[in-house]
Amino acid sequence: MRSQDPCRRLSRRLWTLFALALCLVTGTVALAQTVPQLSGRASPMENTGADPLPKWIVDDIQKMRNYPDQPPVIPHSIEGYQLSVNTNRCMSCHRRELTEGSGAPMISVTHYMNREGQMLADVSPRRYFCTACHVPQADTRPLVDNMFKDMSELGFKPAGSGQ
Amino acid sequence: MTAELTRRDVLKAQAAAIAASTAGIAMPASAQSVPGGVAALEIKWSKAPCRFCGTGCGVMVGVKENHVVATHGDMEAEVNRGLNCVKGYFLSKIMYGKDRLTTPLLRKRNGVFDKEGEFEPVTWEEAFDIMTEKAKKTLKEKGPTALGMFGSGQWTIFEGYAATKLMRAGFRSNNLDPNARHCMASAAYGFMRTFGMDEPMGCYDDFEHADAFVLWGSNMAEMHPILWTRLADRRLGHEHVKVSVLSTFTHRSMDLADIPLVFKPGTDLAILNYIANHIIQTGRVNQEFVDKNTKFMQATTDIGYGLRPEHPLEVKATGAAKAAEMTPIDFEAFKKHVSEYTLDKVAELAGVDKAFLEQLAELYADPKVKVMSLWTMGFNQHVRGVWANQMVYNIHLLTGKISEPGNSPFSLTGQPSACGTAREVGTFAHRLPADMTVTNPEHRKHAEELWKIPHGIIPEKPGYHAVEQDRMLHDGKLNFYWVQVNNNMQAAANNSNEAYLGYRNPDNFIVVSDAYPTVTAMCADLILPAAMWVEKEGAYGNAERRTHVWHQLVNAPGEARSDLWQLVEFSKRFTTEEVWPQDILDQSPDYKGKTLYEVLFQNGQVDQFPATEISPDYENREAKAFGFYLQKGLFEEYASFGRGHGHDLAPYDMYHQVRGLRWPVVNGEETKWRYREGYDPYVKAGEGVKFYGQKDGRAVILAAPYEPPAESPDDEFGFWLVTGRVLEHWHSGSMTMRVPELYKAFPGARCFMNGDDARRLGINQGGQVKIQSRRGEIISRVDIRGRNRMPHGVIFVPWFDASQLINKVTLDATDPISKQTDFKKCAVKILAVV
Repeated sequence: MRSQDPCRRLSRRLWTLFALALCLVTGTVALAQTVPQLSGRASPMENTGADPLPKWIVDDIQKMRNYPDQPPVIPHSIEGYQLSVNTNRCMSCHRRELTEGSGAPMISVTHYMNREGQMLADVSPRRYFCTACHVPQADTRPLVDNMFKDMSELGFKPAGSGQ
Repeated sequence: MTAELTRRDVLKAQAAAIAASTAGIAMPASAQSVPGGVAALEIKWSKAPCRFCGTGCGVMVGVKENHVVATHGDMEAEVNRGLNCVKGYFLSKIMYGKDRLTTPLLRKRNGVFDKEGEFEPVTWEEAFDIMTEKAKKTLKEKGPTALGMFGSGQWTIFEGYAATKLMRAGFRSNNLDPNARHCMASAAYGFMRTFGMDEPMGCYDDFEHADAFVLWGSNMAEMHPILWTRLADRRLGHEHVKVSVLSTFTHRSMDLADIPLVFKPGTDLAILNYIANHIIQTGRVNQEFVDKNTKFMQATTDIGYGLRPEHPLEVKATGAAKAAEMTPIDFEAFKKHVSEYTLDKVAELAGVDKAFLEQLAELYADPKVKVMSLWTMGFNQHVRGVWANQMVYNIHLLTGKISEPGNSPFSLTGQPSACGTAREVGTFAHRLPADMTVTNPEHRKHAEELWKIPHGIIPEKPGYHAVEQDRMLHDGKLNFYWVQVNNNMQAAANNSNEAYLGYRNPDNFIVVSDAYPTVTAMCADLILPAAMWVEKEGAYGNAERRTHVWHQLVNAPGEARSDLWQLVEFSKRFTTEEVWPQDILDQSPDYKGKTLYEVLFQNGQVDQFPATEISPDYENREAKAFGFYLQKGLFEEYASFGRGHGHDLAPYDMYHQVRGLRWPVVNGEETKWRYREGYDPYVKAGEGVKFYGQKDGRAVILAAPYEPPAESPDDEFGFWLVTGRVLEHWHSGSMTMRVPELYKAFPGARCFMNGDDARRLGINQGGQVKIQSRRGEIISRVDIRGRNRMPHGVIFVPWFDASQLINKVTLDATDPISKQTDFKKCAVKILAVV
C-alpha cells in the first residue's frame, strides 16, 4: 500500500487495522488511502524526494476502453513528436491512407466531421491536435484505486455471449 | 424495470436478429437476440456541463443502476459540438476514487474535539454541534468579522447564492471570498473599471468570425483545449487567419503561432502601450468610435504589490493608499503617455523580435482585420493584472474593434462557474448579486428588500479577501472558517508561512467540505463529506455568460451531502437573536424568535416551489430533505436581482430544456454581443454602440505605465519561477489525479527548465533539484525536453501535485486593485540534490 500515514501516533499496522474496522462499521476508507501526491505529506509542509520521471508504456498493445466513447490511450511514447501547423507526426501512421503500411489504427470516423457534422476528405482541423484527447501512459500503478464500474457489470450480458 | 413487450420492442428484436444472422453471429436457441432484451442495453443519458474549466463544454452523462458508466461530448452543445478534452472524456471516473469521503471526520482525543487530535468519524449531528458551538463562541467573543468562509468558482449558482445569503444576511459578515479571487479577480475589476459591468461583451461565436487571434498569457492548447479546437478550426481552415501567441516561455499554443513572442516577465504592459502608440502614430485611431464611446483616464501609479502593509515594498509605494483611483485626462495626454513606448525601446525591454512585435501591432491597427484577444492567468495573475486587462481594452477601443462578431477582447476563465457563481452571484468580499456592491447603501437596501430582511443587516465594510483571510487566520483575527469546494492549502501562495500557520493556529476552528481528503482537508479540524457534480442538481455559468443547469443523476456515497444541503441545514442552528443586533430586531419584531433557516430560506420565496415540480425522472436529495424545490426557489429569487437590469436570466425550468443560455435573456432570446444595436436588446434603435454599464455610456481608456514585478531574479535567486497547469490535470489534481488514465498521463509535477541552464548547473534530464525562494523550497525533477521549452533563466512548475507544493515557494504579492495573487513571477534558485 503506497499510503501516507496521517495518524502520527498509531503505527501503520494499527492504523490499517483501525481503518479496516472502520470500513466494516461505516463503509469509509477515507484516510487509509491517503497518498502524498493527493493529500500532502503527514506533515504537509515537509519535503522528501521527488519520484523519478516516468517511463512510458511502449508495448503497442491496445488497452480496452472504459466505455465506447473514451478516446483510446496511446500505447507508445510520443516524446519528441512534432505537432505544429506544418507537421503532424501522429498522422504519418494513423491517417486513413497510411494505415495499411503502418498497421496503426485509423483515426476515428468522427475525426472527419466538421462542426456541423459533415464528413470531410481529411481529418477535420478541429481534431488536428491529437494530444488534447489522446495521452500516453506511464508505466506506474494508479495512486488510488478507482471504483468506476464497467457498464458490462451492470445488468446485461453482451450480445452474442451465448447465455 | 418491467419487461412488457411493445410492438416496437418486437420489431427491434427482429431487426437485431436479422442483422445478427446477416453478420453470421450465432443466435442463442433461447431466441432472444440480446439477453435481457434491448432495455438491458439502454443507458440513461442526461445533459450536464463539464466539471472542470470555464469553457463550459456540454457533456452527455450515461447512468446505469445509480452509477455513471460513460460520458461523451454533447453534439447539441453549442460550445463544443460533440468534443471533449481528455479530462472531459474521463469525467465518468472522477467520482469513484476509492478514498471518497463518506462520513464527517473530526479531530478528537479521548472522545472529544481536540485541535491536536486525530480524525475520527462522527455523525452529521455531532459535526454540526461542534461547528455551531465554535461559530457561536466566535460571534459572542469577537463578532461577525472573526467568522469567515472561503468558497469557489466551482460552487453551483445555488450554493454560492445560499452562502452569500447565510454569511451577509445571516451572520452579518462580508468575510466571504471565492478561490476565483486567485483566478480572475483582475479580469472582473478590469471589466468594472472599463465598462461598469462585468463579463465579456462577445461570446465564443467570435472564434468563427475573427481573422486574427492574439493570446496574451494564455496557453489555450492545454488549458482550454476545446476552445483551442475552435481556434485551430478557424486558423487551419482559413489561410488568411493569423495567430499570435505571447508568453514568457514556449508552450503548445506556440505550435500554431504565426507570430510567437516570448517576452520577459511583466513586460506585457510595455508591449500593450507600444501597440496603442503604434495605432496612434500610424493614424489608425477610429476617431468617430473613440469620440462617441470612450473617455480617457489616468491610473494612479506606484501602487505597491499587495503584500503585508509593513513590507518595505508597501511602505515605499507612494500610490498604494489610492491604488484604485483614476483621474480624467484627454486624448492628447494619453497620446503623450504612450509615445514613450517606441518599437525600439519596448523590443529591448521585453527581449522580443522587433519584426514580430510590429506584425502584432499591425493586427490591431489594420482596420480590415477582425481581432479576438484571449487571456487567462498570464494577465490575471499579475501584480498589474487590472491594468493589463484595461490596456488590452485600450487597443480594442482605440480601433473600435469590440462588441461585434470577430472583434472581441475575451477574458477566459479557469473554473466552471467563475462567472456564474463567483461574479454573477457576487461571492466576493465586496459584492452582491448582479454587479452590486456592499459599499453602496442603495445596493444594500435593494438586496435587503429582495431578501425580505430588515434594513441595516448587510454590513457595509468589505470583508477579508482570499489572501487577507490567510493572513488574518495566521494573526488570529479570523477564528471560525469554513472552506467549500476548493483546495486552498495547495493553491495559496506562500502557504507555509501564512495559510498553514493560520489553519493550525490554536485559536481557530477550520471546517473543510470536500469529496476527497485533499491537503486542505487534512489541515482542517472538521471535514465534511461533499456530494459532487451530478450527485446533486446544479447550475454553472461559463466564460461566455452561458448559464447551464443539470439534474441530479446519481446519489452521493455514504453520508456525503451537497454543499448546498450543508449550508442550508447549518442555518437551522441559529436564531436571529443570536446573530442580529437587538435594535434592528426591536424595529422589526416579526423576525424575533426565528431561525436563520426560516428568515433566509423559508421566506415565502425560496420555498415557494413544491417538490412535485421536479421531473419524476430525477432524484433531488435537497428537495427530499427540506420539502420544497430548493434549487428553483434560490434561482428565481437570485434572478430577481438581475431581471430588467441587463443581467436577465430565463425562467428556471427553461434551463433544464436547453444547453445553456447566454444572458441577458430577454423575451426568451439570449444575447451574443452586448453593447451594440441589433445584437443587444438593451441598446436602443439609433444608439449604435452604447456601454450602458457606465452612466455616460462611455468605456474607459486607461493611461498606465510599465511597472516592474514585486520580485525579480538577482545574484542569489537567479531564476524566474512561473507556475500553472498541465492539460491532463485540473487545478490541484484532487479529481484528475484519481483517474488512473489521467494520472498515468502526467504522474507528477516537474521543473521545466532550459537545457543550457541545466547543463551549467550540472543537472541532467530527470535529475532531482531543490527549488528554493526566500519563502520556502520544494524538491522536484528537471525536464529539459518536455512540452514546455523554457528560455534562459525561467522555470515552470505546475501546482497539481500535493507532494511538490510549489506554493511554498511562490510570493503572496497581489495586484493592489484586484487583490489577485501573481503566481507567475518570483525569484528562485535551483540546487542539484545529490
